[in-house]
Parts: sequence; structure tokens; C-alpha cells
Amino acid sequence: MPGKRNKELNNEQLGYLKFSGKLEPKRKIFSNCIKAFITGGTICVIGQLVQVFFKTYFDFDEITAGNPTIAVLIIIAVILTGLGIYDHIAQWAGAGTAVPITGFANTIASASIEHRSEGYVLGVGANMFKLAGPVIAFGVFSAFVVAFVKIVLKELGVI
Amino acid sequence: MKQGNQTWVFENKPVIISSAAVGGPHESEGAIVDDFDILHKDLWLGEDSFEKAEKKLLEEACSIAIKKANLQNNDIEFMLSGDLINQITSSNFTARTIGIPYFGLYGACSTSMEGLTLASLIVNTGFAQNALAATSSHNAASEKQYRYPTEYGSQKPPTAQWTVTGAGAALVGKSGEGPKVVCSTIGRVIDMGVSDPFNMGAAMAPAAVDTIVNHFQDMNIDPTYYDIIATGDLGKVGHNIASTLLSDKGLNMPAEKFTDCGMIIYKENQKVFAGGSGCACAATVTFGHFFNRMKRGEIKKILIIATGALLSPMSYQQRESIPSIAHAVSIEN
Repeated sequence: MPGKRNKELNNEQLGYLKFSGKLEPKRKIFSNCIKAFITGGTICVIGQLVQVFFKTYFDFDEITAGNPTIAVLIIIAVILTGLGIYDHIAQWAGAGTAVPITGFANTIASASIEHRSEGYVLGVGANMFKLAGPVIAFGVFSAFVVAFVKIVLKELGVI
Repeated sequence: MKQGNQTWVFENKPVIISSAAVGGPHESEGAIVDDFDILHKDLWLGEDSFEKAEKKLLEEACSIAIKKANLQNNDIEFMLSGDLINQITSSNFTARTIGIPYFGLYGACSTSMEGLTLASLIVNTGFAQNALAATSSHNAASEKQYRYPTEYGSQKPPTAQWTVTGAGAALVGKSGEGPKVVCSTIGRVIDMGVSDPFNMGAAMAPAAVDTIVNHFQDMNIDPTYYDIIATGDLGKVGHNIASTLLSDKGLNMPAEKFTDCGMIIYKENQKVFAGGSGCACAATVTFGHFFNRMKRGEIKKILIIATGALLSPMSYQQRESIPSIAHAVSIEN
């Protein structure tokens, strides 16, 4: 694994990493990308169909249909996680199931299930955002920065 | 008696009077199902947590080993056990159940041979008539401990390994019927800078190689002496690296003799990435599969090199590399 850590390694260790790297099977990046594209795309198509459904049969427009659509995808992902199916799909799909909202739902559901044995408060409550926490923290922070930049640009009359 | 740099020769030849191997659902579809005493179809073993399930596996392995020797719990003088759960609770709680003097060990996945070595030492010196060495691991409990929640959808690389759900126990006695522990080579902690916890094979291979080279040097024998030389849980990736490193050092391991417990326990079509791992990998394959083969007379002399990756989830997050260790035990009929 290249990166910061390698700076502290000596020549013998670096030599070993180079040697062992040649004998290790690599992740199949190309086929993984194709699989991620197919599954990620499929999830989006399902989302689109759900949105059309809400627009056609209920009193929603293009924008307000977004919330119930997301809720449906989250519920499906949580049910699949609870049934122990989601992680098997994810091993095949990779980023395809991790990037959409379903991946976010899976992080919270899986952590909640995992720590159920430590009780509702210290187990489920304390651990449910274990994996989702960084996404929320940095997501909110990025949103703040973008909003701040937008306000400044607006005040300056740029946009 | 110490021989060479780091090998203990047990001149009184402690005997492994009985042994037991218990496995979980994935193991019950594996390649060596006949070598397990109990196979559980349920990952929870009817308990309400994975940690309690692992403790149950260990309790079963210990009580089967004791029963096979026609002994009672209080006939056993010492127990040595270790596992992968925080503060080795599976072992501690099993020792509470059995209620005999106990040493808790932590050698990660090398614990099986660390325990067997120390149990043999205790018996060889005459400090006890018998000692029980045991260890366990549980796939879901280890995933929870070291990686992500079991149901979390992350894609694992082909170098990842599958933690064995199971437990193994071996009862070492002063005399009796069974394979004899001849000598043990105690490993050094080796760190070649691998820091990817999904590549334990590459992290542990140099430790295995170091212990193997020192074993043959200390004992002044060559690999043809043994019928089987098996590493604990290097998997396909680590096995390949270790074979290459050994031949570079002038130790040519015969391909039909040099193997890895992590490559034996599962079938080729089971999705276990590079192979099995965990404390129970070396323990169940050795105490179950290899001892059965020795009983049938198919093999007579084996060398087991149990390998352990001495990382913690925190040390990984703090960007430390993975130090590893390997202990070798020579067992003969």
C-alpha cells in the first residue's frame, strides 16, 4: 500500500513490498468499474421508476417526489441489509452499491444490527453512525463551505 | 533443553493424549468436514451475541478433548488459551467455566502453537502431568472486532482472507497414546512494512520464513525430514510469497509437503478469497485433520508453523505497519 507510511520504511522493507506486490493478485479495476456502473445504474433506474410512480399516482411534482423516492430506496436497502443480502451484492458491485443512498442506508443499518448485542443505548444508539458519521460530518462541512462561497460571490455581484 | 538460537527440544516427549476441533457453518461445507468433532450450522450457536457463540465453541472444544481422554475437568492441571476478541474474553470465560488454573495468551493466529509449546514445556519439565492448550476464532466476531460490521457492504480485495469460525483444543500429557511433541521453535516478531489489513498473507509470510529457516538451522535437519510442513493461515498469497522467499534462502520446500492450513480447510469453490485465517484455522486443521491423518498412519512427522498478525484496529488507524510472528511445533508419531 503506497502512501505516507512508506516514508518510514527501510530499504529492506521497501524491497519486500516491491517483491510481494508482484506475487499478489490485483483488484480487477476494469471489470469492477463495469460492475459498479451496471449496479449503480440499475439502482438509479429503480429510483427513477419510483419517482415516476409518485408523480403519476400521487400529488407530487419533480422536486417533491424526491423525498419519498429516497425513502423507498433506503427502506429497500435496509431490508436487504437485515436479510443479509446487501453485503453479498456489494462484494460483486463495489462502488455501485456504496455510492448511491442505498450504501449510506447500509452503513447505518449494518452498524445497528452489529451492535444490537450491546443494548439499544450503548450498542445501537452509540454505534449506528460509526461508519456513516464521517459522511455526515464532512458532508455537512462541505455544504457549509459551498454555501459560504456562494453567499460571498453573490454579495460581490459575481453571480 | 534449548538447542540452537530459539528452539526448545522436549526430551521427555510430551504426548498429545487427545484433541478436538469444532467448526461453524462455513467449515461444515468445507474440505475437511470429517475431521471436526462438532459442526454448527448456526453462526450464532443459539446464543444472543457472536462473542458468546465463540465462547461456546471454545468450551465445546475443551470439554470434548477432556472427555476423549476419559478425564474430568478437575483432572486437568493447567489450561492455556487465547483468541482474537478484546482482552481474550472467549478464553477467560471458558477458563471460568472449566475452573482450573489458567494462563491467557495472545499471539493472534499463532496462539494454537504458542499454547501447544507452553503446554508441552509445562509437561516436559514435570511441573504438571497434563496441560490443555486451546484457541478459538469466530468469523463475525472478528469482522466486528477488526473490520466492519458483518452486514456492511464493502468490497474485499482478492488478497483478503476468511476468518475460520471454530475452536481447537489439545490435551498434552506426560505419557499415553498419541502424537508426541518433539520440539518448538519460538518466533521473532518480524515487520516487513506491510500495512494493509486485507493482505495478512504478505504481512505474515516473512515471519513464517524466519521461523522455518531458524527451525531447520537449530535442529540441523532439512525439509525432507517431515511428511507435512504447514503454515497456519498464510492463504494462497502468503504461501506463494513464503515458498519464493524460502527458495531464495536456499531452502527448497517440496511442493507436495509444504502447505497452508488456510488452503486446506475450505473447498476451492467456497468464496474465501485467498483462504482461511484466524486462531481456529491452524488449530482445527492441526488438531483435527492432521492428527487424524497421523492416527491413520498416512503421515508421521509434521511441522506446523502458526502465523499471527500482531495488529490492532487502532494501530492500523494510526498508520502503523503490521508486525507478525510465527511459532513452529514439530510433532511426530
